[in-house]
Formats: sequence, structure tokens, C-alpha cells
Amino acid sequence: MAYDCTDTAAFKGVWVFCEQREGKLMPTDFELISEARKLADELGCELSGLLLGENVEGIAKELGGYGADKVLVCDSPLLKDYTTDAYTKVICDVIHEYKPEVFLIGATNIGRDLGPRCAARLHTGLTADATHLDIDTAKYMDFLRTSSTIDVDSQKFNMEDRNLKMTRPAFGGHLMATIICPRFRPQMSTVRPGVMKKSAFDAAKAEACQIVKPAFELTEADCKTKVLSIEKAAKKMVDLIGADVVVSVGRGISKDPQAGIKLAEELAAELGGVVGASRAVVDSGWISSDHQVGQTGKTVHPKIYVALGISGAIQHVAGMQDSEMIIAVNKNDMAPIFGVADYGICGDLFKVVPQLIASIKAAKAAE
Amino acid sequence: MKAIVCVKQVPDTSGKVAVNENGTLDRASMATITNPDDLAAVEAALRLKDQTGCEVIVVTMGPPPAEGMLRELIARGADRAVLVSGREFGGSDTFATSQILAAAINKIGVEKGDVVFCGRQAIDGDTAQVGPQIAEKLHLPQITYVADVKVEDGVVTAKRMLEDGFMMIQAETPCLLTCVKELNEPRYMSVGGIFECYSKPMDVFDYNALKDDPLIEVDTIGLKGSPTNVFKSFTPPQKGAGTMLEGDDVAAQMAGILAAKHLI
Repeated sequence: MAYDCTDTAAFKGVWVFCEQREGKLMPTDFELISEARKLADELGCELSGLLLGENVEGIAKELGGYGADKVLVCDSPLLKDYTTDAYTKVICDVIHEYKPEVFLIGATNIGRDLGPRCAARLHTGLTADATHLDIDTAKYMDFLRTSSTIDVDSQKFNMEDRNLKMTRPAFGGHLMATIICPRFRPQMSTVRPGVMKKSAFDAAKAEACQIVKPAFELTEADCKTKVLSIEKAAKKMVDLIGADVVVSVGRGISKDPQAGIKLAEELAAELGGVVGASRAVVDSGWISSDHQVGQTGKTVHPKIYVALGISGAIQHVAGMQDSEMIIAVNKNDMAPIFGVADYGICGDLFKVVPQLIASIKAAKAAE
Repeated sequence: MKAIVCVKQVPDTSGKVAVNENGTLDRASMATITNPDDLAAVEAALRLKDQTGCEVIVVTMGPPPAEGMLRELIARGADRAVLVSGREFGGSDTFATSQILAAAINKIGVEKGDVVFCGRQAIDGDTAQVGPQIAEKLHLPQITYVADVKVEDGVVTAKRMLEDGFMMIQAETPCLLTCVKELNEPRYMSVGGIFECYSKPMDVFDYNALKDDPLIEVDTIGLKGSPTNVFKSFTPPQKGAGTMLEGDDVAAQMAGILAAKHLI
């Protein structure tokens, strides 16, 4: 049957692009599979992972442990390292063949290169960097009740609506928008890493996960770009997304940035966490960009988030507001950060933080 | 040899952002700027001009006042500008926008040796989608997240940033690059440039100028035609105010709270 992107009824199943680098799955793959499992259950359909690489069949079954019924594995030496052209061709060819209803891609630097190219070729819409996904309208309404200022019960909703509702921040987090793609399939979104929760690994499900090897054609002539080399950053990147505690510094450290960062490191060490930073600190070159929390940095939801000398610009808040406990230290008692903080301390961080470290040490000793 | 640069005028979201009661952005009350990543793209094109003498053409899609931004970019050193503007284009999503811009670039003409520069993403939408989608429509190779670039003998070598490092990628021209603002430090307008900026050519491509281009499907552009639609837009609720700790022993109070919650 000919492929027709407007024949919405012909498309079935939820797919997740599972990115690998150097033969290892990315953490965001497990988050997306876990989230997509819920969507597939709401639609009553299968969930499939799509994995491209060289000799990657061995890592595919792990995705089953997070909820994938199947993994489609496309194996080729030409797919070892990511290239836009090779990956786009193979993915679009496989989608033409299997016609999934929903196709999700992690919004990594690679996913955001691949997603738009695929969507343009498949003639469908693409939502960028979604932070929340719903099929079921009742669940979407519950989401709006807790996450918006909309008076949900005064509005009419079509409870039969089965479109994927893809919610994302816009204008630096000042607005949220829910996007739909009603006329074309697949419904595509890139999804922000670190936002969706990974479910518990189920070894039996991993074992039961089916491996499918779709046919595809790919030659060297299909790849218009050449990867000359791949370099890892020289120093180890900070794992902000996986951290239980994040101690972030903002412009408040400017009178002595190095001392401020050192204090944050000491406090982070005492709490068992890592150091984050606002955009201002990264832009000033005081710390590397892998530490950046916020709209253009990373989204974190640690158990404890400590904001030191951060005013609380909405772009920053967008990246940390879902932390379980937020502690803010700021000299300005009108700083917007106190509006999202669970506990606020108005004071100079260079005075407060050493006291805090001492008090935490004392409290630990007293236990 | 040409360098074609796609730019966007955006509301300055680093300042105060005004939101209308219905949840849309109150654009009228906000200052506009040239999107920061796009300035890096313009600078990269101007450096290519410094090196090779190529022509630099800046292209934007937007309402007629975007002409002011284009004149500024001419004052920085661009040779000419194209304003893509029409009511039919309003409300376009990235799929629709990329068709329109691809058709405009097609009309300008892309040949061997040419490079199309875009910013990585615009600060109002943060999608990073229009660059790659233009490349797809024009059948050009793309390199995104470019933090360093060299163009020699019709071959582009670029440093493409990853979260945990970078790739070195090579592509033949014509190709499309999306630039991050770490790529360079944009130059200022020159005095001579400011004097000349209104005497340099600026074309306006409206709906009629582009509608017959094979890259445009007229029923998938604009607000109605775009594949994606905004289902709802809303403002996040303000979180209830927390507790401000007061007194001389705030540090001890805080440590006590953490201990009571078994967090230390």
C-alpha cells in the first residue's frame, strides 16, 4: 500500500529512537521508553525502540526492561557513528514501511539534528523539546489542573481526542504551549533529556523483548557528510541530571567568583551533590557550560536544590522548579528565587554558606 | 560564491516578558533584537567574505518592520538583504517556515561553493528545527551546532558540538550550517556601513513571488496550513511562597530542617 502521511488510520504503534554513542545506549533512551510505555498503553498499541548502529543487537534487549515490546535494529558499518544523512535515510525508509503513529526522539544535540530532517522528509509536524506528553484527555486535564493557571472545568474538551498532546516551554519558559499534529502522521516530538522518569528495570521483560531486523538500503554515496573524528571533552562532565543534590551559583558570586564556586563545591560535597550554575556564571566564563541549569542548560529535579546568589530568572527556574526541596540564599529579599524556594535565607552567600557547612557538619556529628 | 544567512527578529526574552491575559505573548510591549545565534551566523558569513570576497546575503521572514534589522546587518557588512513577508506566511510552524525560506533561497539561487548559514535556534521558540528543515528541502548536507568552521576549496570543515565533546565533520559545498554563539564574537556596525545601509539593495519576496516555487506547497504554510497547531497555551502557576528563615541562627535552622527530613 502506498505511503500516505495524511491517512492517519493507517499508522499504528509508538516508536522511540534509541540513540547510542560508541555502542552504548544513552540515559535518555530509558527515560523515553518508560514514558512511551504509558502512551502505548493509553493507545492500546505496541511500543518499539528503533536502534541504529554497528553491532548493536546485543544492547537492544535492555530497552525491553523499561517497557519496549520490540526493538527494531538496523545494523551497518555506515551507521556506527551518527551522520544526518545515513540516519535520516534509514529511519525514513523504515517508517515508510512500518508506519508508526507516534515517533519520539531524545532532544540531545544529535536528536535535534535528526528529528527536523526526518520530519521534513516524512512530511509531518515536529514538536521541539517537549517536557510533557499525553494521549488521554482526562490525564491531560489533570496535568493542566496542576501545571497551569487555566480553569480547566470551565473549558470544553473532546474526551474522545486521541491525538498526542505535546507540551513544551516557549519564550524561555514564560509560556507553556501544548502542540498537536492532527492531520499528519507520525506525530513526532523531540523530548527534553532528564525530564521523563525512568521506570524500574524488569529483567523478565528485557528477556521477552523481541528483536526485529528491518530491511534497508544504505550506501556510502548516501552520506554527504564525513565524520573526521569524535573527541571527548578533556575533563569529565558533571552529571547534573543524575545528581540527588545540586548546589548552583549565580551572579551573587561575582565579587570573588573562584571563592564562590569553591564554597559551592564544599557545600555540595557536604550534601553529597554536584555544582550547577546559572547562565550568567557560564557566560562570564567562571565555570564550564556543562554546569548550566535552566532553559538553555539542563533540567534537573534533585532531592535538594540550593540556589546561591541566583536571582531566579524564569529561564533558570524552568530548569530547576521541579526539585523536591529548593533552598535559596540571596542578598536581595525581593529576588524572584524566593518565590519558588521552599526555604529562603536572606544574606550574603559568602557569610551564610560557611555557617551552613559548619551547621551541617555539626548536625551530622550529633546524629 | 555566496554566503546566504537566515536571520530572525525575536522579542528580547532576557528582559521583562509581558504576557497577555489570554496567555499569548504581548509582543507590542517588548523590545526586539536579532536572534543571538543568528548574529554568530552573520559574523561567520562576514569572515568568509573577508577571506574570499564572497557576497553576503541576509534573509529573514517576518513582518515589514524587520527591514530595520536587515539594514543593521547590511551596516555590519552584508551586501544585500531579502525580506520574506506576507500575510499568508503568518503563524507558520517550523515545517511551513522552512518551505518558505527554502523557496526564497532557491529564488536567490544556490550553487557549488555557496554556504547557507543559520543560527542554531531562536530564543523565542528554541526549536532548532528550521535550519535542518531548510537543508532537507534544498537537498543540502547540514552541519548543526557549529562552534568552529573553515571553508577551503569548496569544502567545509566544522567542529560540531556534542554534550560530551565534539565531532569534526566535513561536507562539500553547497551546504548548510547552524551556528552556536560560541562560534565567534560578532562585529559592530561600521560608520561607513551605517552610511551605506539604505543604498544597498533589499528585495521583498511576498506570497506571489514564491507561491509557484516547487519547494512550496501552498496548503501547508501559514497558521492554517502548518502541520502542528497550538492546542493550548498557558502560563505556569506561581508556586506558593516558602518559608523565609530569620534570626541569627539561620544556618543552624536550615541544618536542623535537613536533619529532620533525613536529608543529611
